Amino acid sequence: MKEIVINPITRIEGHAKVVIHLNDDASVRDARFQVTDFRGFEKFCEGRPYYEMPSITSRSCGICPVSHLLASVKACDQIVAVNVPTTAVLLRRLMHMGQIIQSHALNFFHLSAPDFLLGMDADPATRNIFGLIAKEPEIARQGIRLRKFGQEIIENVAGKKIHSSEWVVPGGAKWPLTKQRADYLLSNLPEALTITLKTIAMFKEWLSSCTEEVETYGDFPSLYMGLVTADGGLELYDGNLRIVDNDGKTAVDHVNPDKYYDDIGEAVEPYSYMKFPYYKPLGYPDGMYRVGPLARLNVCSHCDTPLADQELKEFKKLGKNGIVQSTFHYHYARLIEALFCVEKTKELLSDPEILSERVCRRVYVNNYEGVGIAEAPRGTLIHHYKVDPQGMIQKVNMIIATEHNNLAYNKAVTQVAQKYVKAESLQEGMLNRVEAVIRSFDPCLSCATHAVGQMPLEVQLIDSHGKLLDRKIRSPL
Amino acid sequence: MTSTSKVRVATVWLSGCSGCHMSFLDQDEALIDLAQQIQLVYSPIMDVKVFPENVDVTLIEGAVANEDQEELLKFARERTKILISLGDCAVTGNVPGLRNGITNSADAVLKRAFVETADMNPQIPTDVPTLLPKALPLHEVVKVDFYIPGCPPPADLINWVISRLMRGLPVNMEGRSKFG
Repeated sequence: MKEIVINPITRIEGHAKVVIHLNDDASVRDARFQVTDFRGFEKFCEGRPYYEMPSITSRSCGICPVSHLLASVKACDQIVAVNVPTTAVLLRRLMHMGQIIQSHALNFFHLSAPDFLLGMDADPATRNIFGLIAKEPEIARQGIRLRKFGQEIIENVAGKKIHSSEWVVPGGAKWPLTKQRADYLLSNLPEALTITLKTIAMFKEWLSSCTEEVETYGDFPSLYMGLVTADGGLELYDGNLRIVDNDGKTAVDHVNPDKYYDDIGEAVEPYSYMKFPYYKPLGYPDGMYRVGPLARLNVCSHCDTPLADQELKEFKKLGKNGIVQSTFHYHYARLIEALFCVEKTKELLSDPEILSERVCRRVYVNNYEGVGIAEAPRGTLIHHYKVDPQGMIQKVNMIIATEHNNLAYNKAVTQVAQKYVKAESLQEGMLNRVEAVIRSFDPCLSCATHAVGQMPLEVQLIDSHGKLLDRKIRSPL
Repeated sequence: MTSTSKVRVATVWLSGCSGCHMSFLDQDEALIDLAQQIQLVYSPIMDVKVFPENVDVTLIEGAVANEDQEELLKFARERTKILISLGDCAVTGNVPGLRNGITNSADAVLKRAFVETADMNPQIPTDVPTLLPKALPLHEVVKVDFYIPGCPPPADLINWVISRLMRGLPVNMEGRSKFG
């Protein structure tokens, strides 16, 4: 058996490598997406008080800390068993809109756009946000501005852009939103909306020229999972789980997130620090499903904001029965969600209730178990805690958005490798395409392994006797 | 200014959450100005895979938690003039270091995540970099020249430190930074 190793995969939020296995006839047998670091939150949180959990677990990820804060605090809300004040829910939702806007802008402009705008075969030394600043300064500036808008929503609601854990507390939130801050955010909203709409128009124009990428970057059937509202709409903060199949048939619907473990199992493979969740009724590994923007738009029937709904209709035409299966379309789905979030931000800021000062309940330990769930930028995020009567953590389980996609990553890199890997010949463009399909998912390996790291890229071609046939290292600058 | 006269900057991500890198990006429009003065030569946000020679400033996020990270850190140290511990995990071990108080911490955290909470193929992964017995702050492994605490350090502080160092000015952090 021959092996090609791409290590590390870059411009993703984390650390991973890909190993491609070749058959004796030099065709690609399969590919493995390997995640190579691990921190261990499930263990070291044991024995700590439940109310520390939002602050600690948000440190799983600096890219979507808000989603972790919310999944965690919702699990804690269940432990204290109170109804969170309406205003606190509105503010938490607003903060989450900021989270998704900034994260989707980060993926599109800072990480993925260099492929689109500088070229898949561009010099790897310049194919990044600084290369984009040099070549397309106006587009880069817009991306920076859109991400900033998202970060400023979080900062104005919760006091800090990253790890704003002081504000979120079980039973509500620590302080209300001032009118001055709400007005500031509203004053920046038109620019964010304009940038988002322009970006969607630009991306759609570009999309027509990349049919090959659409067909080969992870275009395969799977299940899709996401939260939906009571009437089946797009939902990012609350709601129930829905899983649909590739024909658009609903596998399960309105599953209470508290019972996630009835449907979702977790497998382990020796080659990765990221687990492999699967849909239990179909078993492992057949129960492969995808989460995140593509999956959310596949499972929902509508967005509930006018401009995003208009785009959603166009999006659903890209697939059969409203199911879009090419992983490449995660990019388009991500932009539609960014639009939805900008529209929702305006709606939330225009609700007079959002300025109420009643944002918190007094809390005590009333339940010994809680499950918190949210749609993080990359997909469904689950935090599950058990506590003792004093509220000290006994058990923690976290299933992270990126983990749900693990089986699909392996399928997607296999498909790309089968199309582009020519045995005994290693080309930069091929390597970048393998990485690009992973970037489409926008994996957050910081979350998924609860860590990350960096190593030099080494690509090896090894024959079935273990003999090294070819070896390449990407040149430093 | 030609690219050769720019200050060569690298950023490295060890065992951390990437929040410090996000704070680096939170410099927002200041990044555009920074791009005139620095040449980013290695970073998780770019595709260069080998840590290059002759780096002027390297900002490192995260604790040292596995053998690969230890090796990369030593390699980066050899090739860097000014090595900066960026953020609380790099400076103190912080969140990755929470496991250090557990007996046989590496085995304990792995067992909990991959054996006890798995319902298919429960096992501790083997074909992956080995965890160190403890997650260490950078200065326990290599010499560190400068510390920027914070979880994460604020974007304007990162910008201020880089700008001062680039101009060879003294960098007095008193009253400017805090943990958390």
